Amino acid sequence: MRVTVQSAPFDPAAFLAGFGAGRADVGAVVSFTGLVRDDSGQMQALEIEHYPGMTESAISAIISQAMARWALADARVIHRFGRLAVGEPIMAVATAARHRAAAFAAAEFLMDYLKSRAPFWKKEIGPAGAAWVVAKEGDEAALGRWRSEP
Amino acid sequence: MTVLYFAWVRERTGVATEQVDTAAPTVAALVDELIAREPRYAAAFADLSAVRVAVDQVLADFDAPLAGVREVAFFPPMTGG
Repeated sequence: MRVTVQSAPFDPAAFLAGFGAGRADVGAVVSFTGLVRDDSGQMQALEIEHYPGMTESAISAIISQAMARWALADARVIHRFGRLAVGEPIMAVATAARHRAAAFAAAEFLMDYLKSRAPFWKKEIGPAGAAWVVAKEGDEAALGRWRSEP
Repeated sequence: MTVLYFAWVRERTGVATEQVDTAAPTVAALVDELIAREPRYAAAFADLSAVRVAVDQVLADFDAPLAGVREVAFFPPMTGG
């Protein structure tokens, strides 16, 4: 397991380098990379605030849950904070498992929980000023399926 | 104890972190104490349904006890990912 929280840009390819490699029990690696999206067409930057200390422990706890639930061989998360430009990678997750179903499901689980259980807050900076991104009801609802599904 | 505020909760209280001398038994009682203190806290805690709390860096409820707690944080629903 590896958790990285940093302000500096990261290279998604470097993030994946060596992940799940050199082991006989890994048949599937799944990764997801989130990029800064501009829905309004006027965004100048995205500012991400976080809770140093809790951020790392909250992400580690989420990964531990996923690793136990799907018997993952490994999992890795990187998440940025600070000021990001449109199109830059914000975060990435990677999961390694024996089969792809577990790797895909665990990656989705990690994404759903990182959305609303990791202490990050996004603010969009535009020509008219700055606005905090409001959490979507759907983000919270997405956690529900992980409680009901076996 | 140390009290931290993040995102718009921080913007309303005007401080990111502060030491609070309190005997409040629960998070909710601490919030009531802060609200009674100054209008900026009342503004930050005007709608508690929009505020989340962490006790010693673990998500908690407003009825969580504060005995032995070192750090409490208030913030809006998280928007990671």
